[in-house]
Amino acid sequence: MRRPARIFTLVAALLMSVAFVFPLWRISLIAPQYPEGLGMLIRINNIVGIKENDLNSINGLNHYIGMARIEPDGIPELRFMPAILGTLIVVGLLVAASGKRAALVVWAVMLVGVFTGGLYDFWRWGYEYGHNLADDAIIKIPGMSYQPPLIGPKQLLNFRATSWPDIGGWALVIAAGLVAYALLLSFKHTAAPPRSTVPPS
Amino acid sequence: MVKIFRSRALLGIAAVASTLAIGYACTARQSGAPSILASDAAQKVYVAPGAKDEFYAFFSGGFNGQVGVYGLPSGRRLKTIPVFSQYPENGYGYTEETKAMLNTSYGFVPWDDSHHPALSQTAGEDDGRWLFINGNNTPRIARIDLTRMETEEILEIPNAGGNHGSPFVTENSEYVVASTRFSVPVPNRDVPIAEFKKFFKGQISFITADKPGKMAVAFQLAMPGFDYDLARAGKGPSHGWMFLSSYNTEQANSLLEVNASQHDKDFVAAVHWKAIEECVKAGKGVPQPVDYMHNTIDAFTRTATSEKISSVLVVEPKNCPGAVYFMPTPKSPHGADVDPTGEYIVAGGKLASVIPVHSFTKLQKAIADKAFEGDLDGIPVLKYESTIAGEVKNPGLGPLHTEFDGKGYAYTSMFISSEIVKWKLGTWEVVDRVPTYYSVGHLMIPGGGTRKPNAKYVVAMNKITKDRYLPTGPELTQSAQLYDNTGDKMKLLLDFPTEGEPHYAQAIEAKKIVDRQVKFFKLAENKNAMAVKAEKETGVSREGKKVHVRMTAIRSHFSPDNIEGVMVGDTVLFHLTNLEQDWDVPHGFAIMGAQNGELLVMPGETRTLLWIPRKPAVYPMYCTDFCSALHQEMQGYVRVSAAGSNVPLTATLSKGPTAAPKPAPAKTEAKK
Repeated sequence: MRRPARIFTLVAALLMSVAFVFPLWRISLIAPQYPEGLGMLIRINNIVGIKENDLNSINGLNHYIGMARIEPDGIPELRFMPAILGTLIVVGLLVAASGKRAALVVWAVMLVGVFTGGLYDFWRWGYEYGHNLADDAIIKIPGMSYQPPLIGPKQLLNFRATSWPDIGGWALVIAAGLVAYALLLSFKHTAAPPRSTVPPS
Repeated sequence: MVKIFRSRALLGIAAVASTLAIGYACTARQSGAPSILASDAAQKVYVAPGAKDEFYAFFSGGFNGQVGVYGLPSGRRLKTIPVFSQYPENGYGYTEETKAMLNTSYGFVPWDDSHHPALSQTAGEDDGRWLFINGNNTPRIARIDLTRMETEEILEIPNAGGNHGSPFVTENSEYVVASTRFSVPVPNRDVPIAEFKKFFKGQISFITADKPGKMAVAFQLAMPGFDYDLARAGKGPSHGWMFLSSYNTEQANSLLEVNASQHDKDFVAAVHWKAIEECVKAGKGVPQPVDYMHNTIDAFTRTATSEKISSVLVVEPKNCPGAVYFMPTPKSPHGADVDPTGEYIVAGGKLASVIPVHSFTKLQKAIADKAFEGDLDGIPVLKYESTIAGEVKNPGLGPLHTEFDGKGYAYTSMFISSEIVKWKLGTWEVVDRVPTYYSVGHLMIPGGGTRKPNAKYVVAMNKITKDRYLPTGPELTQSAQLYDNTGDKMKLLLDFPTEGEPHYAQAIEAKKIVDRQVKFFKLAENKNAMAVKAEKETGVSREGKKVHVRMTAIRSHFSPDNIEGVMVGDTVLFHLTNLEQDWDVPHGFAIMGAQNGELLVMPGETRTLLWIPRKPAVYPMYCTDFCSALHQEMQGYVRVSAAGSNVPLTATLSKGPTAAPKPAPAKTEAKK
């Protein structure tokens, strides 16, 4: 790996640590009765309301349609994810230190695996919450399920749910882009011979 | 002949018709009927749906004893804050938590007459922390917290009768001042009324006000037995002084309308309270035994408690020389209003033909020069000319109360000629006048009694409405009027009805308050002894003949909602905690046959209803505040059995046909 590729790798690894501080994902809900909005932030190790009691309020509303309560303590991924992210960061730093292209490739594969796995898992939870409804739900609408969108907006009864990455999520997206660029640089540099050092006349 | 007669008759009819038309036109103009300017006015008071008013206005409710919150310029009513009167709408004064707010030394007094709201001040400016207001009839002063818009403290005023002249706030809310309208025997006891001059005193109370929950009468000034009326605190250079109007200096005790209107001049009392503080420090105050009550609501239990106080410190003016002076003022003055610079003290002599204006600079000089014309109970009476700065000539009839715009103009309400008169400080010339409909009492400019008025609007609070609205039987609506004051001339923009008599009001820029509004109470901070924080903690318990039901409300059920084992002869206390932690989700509670009222419970709060069932039956109970799509399902039953029955005391809530689903199972692959 040339120096630029190593720097991009280093920056990507460091950038990923932003996800320890800022939420990965943000699901916002707006309804006629909730002009001020409700919402959830998915952090690396927790799910919290955007406002202090939003999660409580969302759970309160969800009981009408028979959805299970969203209890962060019952979601084991929230316990593993910090370790997984930490490992990825440490590996990334080692890759940058070693400067080996093969190591970079391995790390990139790990990132792809974890990110797609994570997104799939997120979707899976959303699917389960949205479809696994109590038999004695107060409001039952034939054919209706309440899976929140993975990304973008979706109308769920009176609520418009919108799901987007938050700062931590965007940091991971940018980090992934940097890793891709680092890969591109390292392969490009091997494929093409170094440029002439003679300045153009 | 016939022809002539006919034409004359026609002429006559025409004449009558035209007279009527002119008469009608005059009436129309006088009553301010819509004119071409109306569209302009409509625009100025129109607050579009969803948009918010620029000012909060707090109107006293007069004889309803409450405070009404309105938006300006729309005149829309937003809330009634119950203060001195029970309020069935939200259970104030009915619930076990709030009853104690209405305790007095005369017992539980569930009504009063509230007149003068006063915002707290910092550096002479309205700061939006609290609103103080007086209870006239059974002398009291309340403090309303403006983050919750609730009454959280009421202090009874001892040795007073008719607490009309209050509360008036000093520049940094050091004190709110309350003067007695009726002089009464001090201490109040059984004496012949005819011996008024011997026994009756007019106490002026200085109440420390800047510490929530700690209002206290710091000292009382024992003034001669006149009737004391309105007042204002000095500002800037005159900070440390208080100016209070008085009438009935004749000291009549009967037929006051005649007997108290004989003197050409009554007095404005100039009280140097900073000097009195020194006298108090020097031990010149005398503690006198007298019982009065102090009621406060704890912020965390949200429960009122009453404390009996048994002494008040009384200062005699003659024992504190240099602190109190009388400025002679024509005639039966009502207002004593200090301009924003602190220099001028404007007296509104109800029966006077001029508006006299005293000067603080001249007052100080007159004191230094000892320009006294006499002495009354040790209080020097200054010469009228020695303190007077000027007189507004021919202002109108019945000047009552003056506020200011901070640009050198004063605005005085004229009760008898029913108008607001604008005049210039210094030149004393009248520059504008507008009619009011009808008989304005107080007027109000936002901040108009402070150092920093915001004189965009003038509000008239009227005593008579007559033909201004659709009539509603003999008892008509009460009303206020909003005037645009952005130009040289005031313009009537809006009539708006108010509840109770809008005696006086305060208005403040909404931005000073709006961001501090509490949205709900935090359940975790609820320290009510009977609060329950989760449904599993609910239940019933018996304590002799008393049954405690600890209940919760959450959309859309009570827990428990079926109660059995209550017997005739029991007193049931429903302690209801609203478990919601969201904005605008109150729950109500009512039970059939309850002889007091209902509960309205804000999120996170606990309220208690006392209920005494009189006969065996099953009593429905339900939520009264439409809380959700299933509000109508939010109901339950209490079974009451005959005294001595063996039905066990139980409280239940069905768990429903099936349990709620478990959280989604985590898939194996997802864990990797």
